[in-house]
Amino acid sequence: MNTPLLQVRNLSVVYRTFEGVLRAVNGIDLDLEAGRTLGLVGESGAGKTTTALSVMRLVPTPPGEIVSGSATFEGRDLMTLPEREMMRIRGNRISMIFQDPMTSLNPVLPVGLQISEALEAHQKLGKAEAARKAGQMLEKVQIPAQRLQEYPHEFSGGMRQRVVIAMALACNPRLIIADEPTTALDVTIQIQVLELMKELRNEFGTSMIMITHDLGVVGEVCDRVAVMYAGEIVEDGDIAQIFDQPMHPYTVGLFKCIPNIEEPASTIHPIRGMMPDPLVPMPGCCFEPRCPEATARCATERPGGALVDGRRIRCHLYADGKRAFAHGRETVSHA
Amino acid sequence: MIRYILKRIALLIPILLGVSILIFGVIRLAPGDPAEVMLGPTAEREDIELLREKLGLNRPIVVQYGIFLKNALQGDLGRSIKTNNPVTEELLQRFPATITLAFSSIVLALLVGFPLGMIAALKQNTVWDALSSFLALAGFSIPNFWAGLMLMLLFSIVVPILPSSGYGSWKHMVLPTVVLAIQTMAVIARMTRSSVLEIIRQDYVRTARAKGIANKLVLFRHIVRNALIPVVTIAGLYFGHSLGGVVITETIFSIPGIGRLLVDAIRSQDYPVVQGGILVFALCVGVVNLVVDVLYAFLDPRIKAQYR
Repeated sequence: MNTPLLQVRNLSVVYRTFEGVLRAVNGIDLDLEAGRTLGLVGESGAGKTTTALSVMRLVPTPPGEIVSGSATFEGRDLMTLPEREMMRIRGNRISMIFQDPMTSLNPVLPVGLQISEALEAHQKLGKAEAARKAGQMLEKVQIPAQRLQEYPHEFSGGMRQRVVIAMALACNPRLIIADEPTTALDVTIQIQVLELMKELRNEFGTSMIMITHDLGVVGEVCDRVAVMYAGEIVEDGDIAQIFDQPMHPYTVGLFKCIPNIEEPASTIHPIRGMMPDPLVPMPGCCFEPRCPEATARCATERPGGALVDGRRIRCHLYADGKRAFAHGRETVSHA
Repeated sequence: MIRYILKRIALLIPILLGVSILIFGVIRLAPGDPAEVMLGPTAEREDIELLREKLGLNRPIVVQYGIFLKNALQGDLGRSIKTNNPVTEELLQRFPATITLAFSSIVLALLVGFPLGMIAALKQNTVWDALSSFLALAGFSIPNFWAGLMLMLLFSIVVPILPSSGYGSWKHMVLPTVVLAIQTMAVIARMTRSSVLEIIRQDYVRTARAKGIANKLVLFRHIVRNALIPVVTIAGLYFGHSLGGVVITETIFSIPGIGRLLVDAIRSQDYPVVQGGILVFALCVGVVNLVVDVLYAFLDPRIKAQYR
C-alpha cells in the first residue's frame, strides 16, 4: 500500500446556528492514495460538500467551525497550517471544482483572467506568460484559446464547467476535489465532462475526490468509494467490492434505489423515512431510525468502525464479526 | 456602444420636451400673477393689465408655450421678469457653482459611503458594523438644513476655520459639500453593505478563494466590482435627489447657484427663470442617468452585450 496522499482523521465540523449546533460532519476518516480517485457518495445534506470545504479550509466561518480532526496532505496537517501556507496549497496543490458552473465563475471578468490569476499567484508568472498558459489550458478542455477574452455569459453551461476544470488544473495540482461537477449539466453534457475529467486526470496523474450522489458517476470514474450518511462515513472500500456486495444497510438501500430497466417500476425500493435532524444529537447509529435491520443496541450505542476485508463499516451487524462470516468473509478485525 | 450613447442622447429630446410642457403648465396653475407680484399690492388694475400685455401673459397658454419653445430651441429662454436679464445668461453664470456643489458632494458621498459600507459588511456583526450602521442611520435622519446650521456653528463660530457662507474659494465649498453629501453617503453606505454581503456569499467568490489568490485580489477584483453595480444605480438616483438638496443648501450658505436663483424666482413668480432653471436640472438628471448606464457597461459585460 502506498503512502496516502491525503489522510483525514476524526474530522468534525459544526455550524452554529440560531436553532442550535448543527453537526454537519461527525468524526470522519478518509484515505486517498496518490493517483487514485475516491468517490464520496451520499444524499443531499449528508455533509459531502462540508467535508470538501474543510479539507480546503474554506468552511464559511462563522457559522461553520472545524471542531476536531486532522487532514494530512503530503505529510502536513492542513488543519493546523497557518493561513499563508494554506493559500499556497489552495488552487496550487489542491484545487476544487464546484457544482454549478453558472454561478462559480465571476460574471464580470473574462474567463482567461480567471484561469490565469491562479497561475500568476502560484507559479509567479508574468501577465503575458500566464495568459499564454491559460490559453493552453483552454485548449486542453477543447475550447479555442481565442476565447480567453470572453466573459462567462458567452459560454454554455457545459463549456463553463470545462472552463472551471481548466481553472482547477491550471497549476497542475496533486489533488482535485470535484463537488458534484456534473449535477447541474444536461445528461449528454455530463458524459462529455466526465470523460474529459477522466482523460485529464490520467494525463496529469492527478488524484481526485469525486463528490456525487450519482452511483453511476462513481462507477464510471472512481477506484474507491466512501458512503456518507448524516455526517458520517458508514462504509468505505474498494469500488469493486462495494458495487459487488454492499454491506452496510444504508449502502444496500442506496443500490436498491437505482431503477433497473428490465424490472417494473414497482420494484424500486426507496429508503423509508428522512435523514435525521442534524440539530439533534443521536446516541446510537445515525441510520438506526430508517434501518430495516436495526436492533435495540443500534438505538443506544454508536457503532465503531469495523474493518472487514479491507473495507471500513460503521455498523453493529459487522462489529462482532458474525455477519461477515455469514457473507463468506474471513478477515474480521476492529479498526 | 457609441451608437447606444447617441441613441440615448436623442432620447433626451422628448424627455426635455415633456418636462418643459409640465413645468410651463404647472407654474401657470399656481395662484398669483407675476405682474401683480412685481407691481406690489398697491398697484392699479390698469397698470397690471398693461404689464401683463407687455409680458405676453394675456395670450392663450398654448400660444405662450409655442413662443417659449420657438425661442428656447434657439437658445433663448426669455428674459427674467424681475431683472430683465436674459435667463440663459443668468443660468450660465450660476451653473458652475451648482454643478461643482452637486458633483463634489456625490463624489464625497461615494468616497466615504462606499468604504464605510464595505467595512460594515466585511466585519459583519462587530462593533465596526454597528458603528457604520449608526453613522448611516444618523446621516439619513439628520435634515439638511439642521446639519448645515450645526456645521456652520461648529466650524465657523466655535472653531472658526471655514467661512460660514458665500462663494469664491474652495474653503467656501467645504461645508455645503459635506451637508449635501451626508444623506447620499448614508444611503450609499447601507446599499454597499447589503450588496457586499450578498456578493461575498456568491459561489464565484468561493471559487476565487479556492484558487489561493491573495485576499486583496479577491476583495478588489472579485467583490468590489460586482458590489459597485447596485451602488452606482443608487448614486445616480441620488444625484437627482442632491439637486433638490442644492436648492436648500445654496440658500443656507448663500451660494449664488441655480438652486438659490430658483427659490427667488418661485417667490416672485418669475416664470422664465423657473422654467429655465428646472429645464437645466432635468437636463442634468438626464445626462447623469446616461452616465450611469454607460458605467454599467464598464462594470458588467452582460449589460454591455445588450447595448446595441
